[in-house]
Amino acid sequence: MRIDVMKTYKLYIGGAFPRSESGRSYELKDKKGNFIANPALASRKDLRDAVVAAKSAFSGWSYATAYNRGQILYRMAEMLEGRTEQFVAEIKALEGVTDSVARKQVQDSIDLWVWYAGWSDKISTTSGGTNPIAGPYYNFTIPEPLGVVGVIADEKESLLGLTRGLAPVIASGNTAVLIASEKLPLSAISLAEVIATSDLPSGVVNILTGSKSELIPWLASHMEVDGIDISGADKKLDGEIKKAGTENLKRIYRFEKDASLKRILSFMEYKTVWHPIGI
Amino acid sequence: MTADIFEYSPAPESRAIVKLKSEYGLFINGKWVSPQSKKKFSSINPATEEVLAKVSQGNQVDVDKAVKAARAAYNKVWSKTKPKERAKYLFRIARLLQERAREFAVLESLDNGKPIRETRDVDVPLSAAHFFYHAGWADKLEYAGYGDNPKPYGVVAQIIPWNFPLLMLAWKVAPALATGNTVVLKPAETTPLTALLFAEICEQAELPAGVVNIVTGDGTTGAALVNHRDIDKVAFTGSTEVGKLIATSIADRGIPATLELGGKGANIVFDDAPIDEAVEGIINGIFFNQGHVCCAGSRLLLQESIVDDFLTKLQSRMAKIRVGDPLDKNTDLGAINSSAQLTKIKELSESGTKEGANIWSAPCTLPTKGFWYPPTIFTGVTAAHRIAREEIFGPVLSVLTFRTPQEAMEKANNTPYGLSAGIWTEKGSKILWAAQQLKAGVIWANTFNKFDPASPFGGYKESGWGREGGRHGLAAYIKGAK
Repeated sequence: MRIDVMKTYKLYIGGAFPRSESGRSYELKDKKGNFIANPALASRKDLRDAVVAAKSAFSGWSYATAYNRGQILYRMAEMLEGRTEQFVAEIKALEGVTDSVARKQVQDSIDLWVWYAGWSDKISTTSGGTNPIAGPYYNFTIPEPLGVVGVIADEKESLLGLTRGLAPVIASGNTAVLIASEKLPLSAISLAEVIATSDLPSGVVNILTGSKSELIPWLASHMEVDGIDISGADKKLDGEIKKAGTENLKRIYRFEKDASLKRILSFMEYKTVWHPIGI
Repeated sequence: MTADIFEYSPAPESRAIVKLKSEYGLFINGKWVSPQSKKKFSSINPATEEVLAKVSQGNQVDVDKAVKAARAAYNKVWSKTKPKERAKYLFRIARLLQERAREFAVLESLDNGKPIRETRDVDVPLSAAHFFYHAGWADKLEYAGYGDNPKPYGVVAQIIPWNFPLLMLAWKVAPALATGNTVVLKPAETTPLTALLFAEICEQAELPAGVVNIVTGDGTTGAALVNHRDIDKVAFTGSTEVGKLIATSIADRGIPATLELGGKGANIVFDDAPIDEAVEGIINGIFFNQGHVCCAGSRLLLQESIVDDFLTKLQSRMAKIRVGDPLDKNTDLGAINSSAQLTKIKELSESGTKEGANIWSAPCTLPTKGFWYPPTIFTGVTAAHRIAREEIFGPVLSVLTFRTPQEAMEKANNTPYGLSAGIWTEKGSKILWAAQQLKAGVIWANTFNKFDPASPFGGYKESGWGREGGRHGLAAYIKGAK
């Protein structure tokens, strides 16, 4: 009989797969109580490293052409499609759902990546524009990515939950620090394998597994984090997260709809440029 | 150097057009009411320290009354008023402001200390334009890109600063009403008079009672308004410090805020800039409105090769700035708005000298009464100096230098603020490159301090949340819009 090669689920920071610097991990079991993995229990230091990686990646990613970003997001969908079975297996194990339910979740996630891939080079067109000034000036407004955005994955759907938050954030050129679902972290780390083979530059997406209650306050108060999608956090924490975020006036939002342009625009800033017209 | 200034005879605008009452109540539910506390405070002319009028100190009870009036007006009248009728109220307000423009301009100059030239040519016409622009949106909101059925929040709490009292009122009230909200507005403590005169405009426009309520007072009045449990949205313009307090106090309540906060704008002059135009632009960028401008170009970044020549021209131009009577039509720089603000400007300027920068002030004669500060620049400023990091909000310019365009961008972005930036160069591709690099909500290239109701205004980073003006500014007052 052949012994399976088990996967070590580690963090994903700056394009590498490190263990937590704290040396900590936590035990994950499937619905039947069988051992599955010991994902890393990320520390404050890991979070800070992830923010540094995201910050360093921002310039390159935000100035990449929108066409290029769209192609890379589409490439992620391609890579996900090829790894469907891996995700289905992980979702079934952790969520205890049927094969068809798990498969539907993976397919919906792939389709969502495709949807956002197509958005990257449309945002400025739908949401920017020229403004008719009462004077001899040319004036236009464009949306620009915010910077480093924290995304908190929900505890309900392994892959779809994090895709809803992550895809709109990076489609516009932000870089992200994702706090994975605490109970359902496998898809997050497997997504890192997709990312690592999709030409997404290192540091654009960084993934931390571990305790949300430990990591979220550090994320919320980090001065280099510019925004947070808290859709996946416990609603009771909203006030606390927002308060911690006021020190640098983070843009912090919870979204109702699963997919929307609003999810993209919430983590963008409008820049308006004036220039005189004359000879 | 004063001798260089052409001698002009005084050309004061007449104050006769302004008929001030000795005392003002609060404007709640379409009526003038006494404040519950019966307390009044003086609004003074900062150019002379003369008391202009007594205004009411609103407290929690008054705020509650105003919010209730706004809620009732929203439920019973305003939400049932057809958008096209809402539009016509706003058009009326725009026209009434134009008709009474001179009166507003004189009063604004008296109460704020800013030159009549600016209130006449900027504050008042732009305020009217803001109402006219937003009036047209009222019945076209479904075309604004926020869905087929955009909804207002309801009752909006609005708190405005003293630097552009009427204009900031217009920036707040016009879009709020156009989108169907009702308003409780708290004007700044030192400049309440044009807001109170605006209440008369609301009366003349026959705006339904309670749609606009004006509660004057100090910071405690503003806090009572923000902390009121029946407001649906906060819109604030003021300091970053207070903006953060507001963000904290509403964090638990799930209501949104628009925040227009401080800035430390970089005005960048490259060696290929049109120098004479750039000098004018720098002057306008920092001395417009006594430098009491959140988007002021308060950091001048000069490319090293042009520093000496540029500073010579700049100082020569500064020496020709006419400082004095705000009502004089030739005046360029008026009074500092308050004694407290003057103290802050002096304290920060002293820190500049203490930390090793070199101060130079234009040789002008300042009036003996009132609050005054001469046009001033600091050279030899480094990024670590307080005068390079903190908002002075006065006629004080900090000059820094750079060698390469990349260095200019790094220095310009080296601030927690992100409201405005200026670029001066004749090279088009460099303008667009720099505009792309600068982390600021408003970029002026080969111009500065230009405003228009159709142009969104607002900041990146700690300069605030959201935009005001243009299609984008509507989102601030439409439920769930981004």
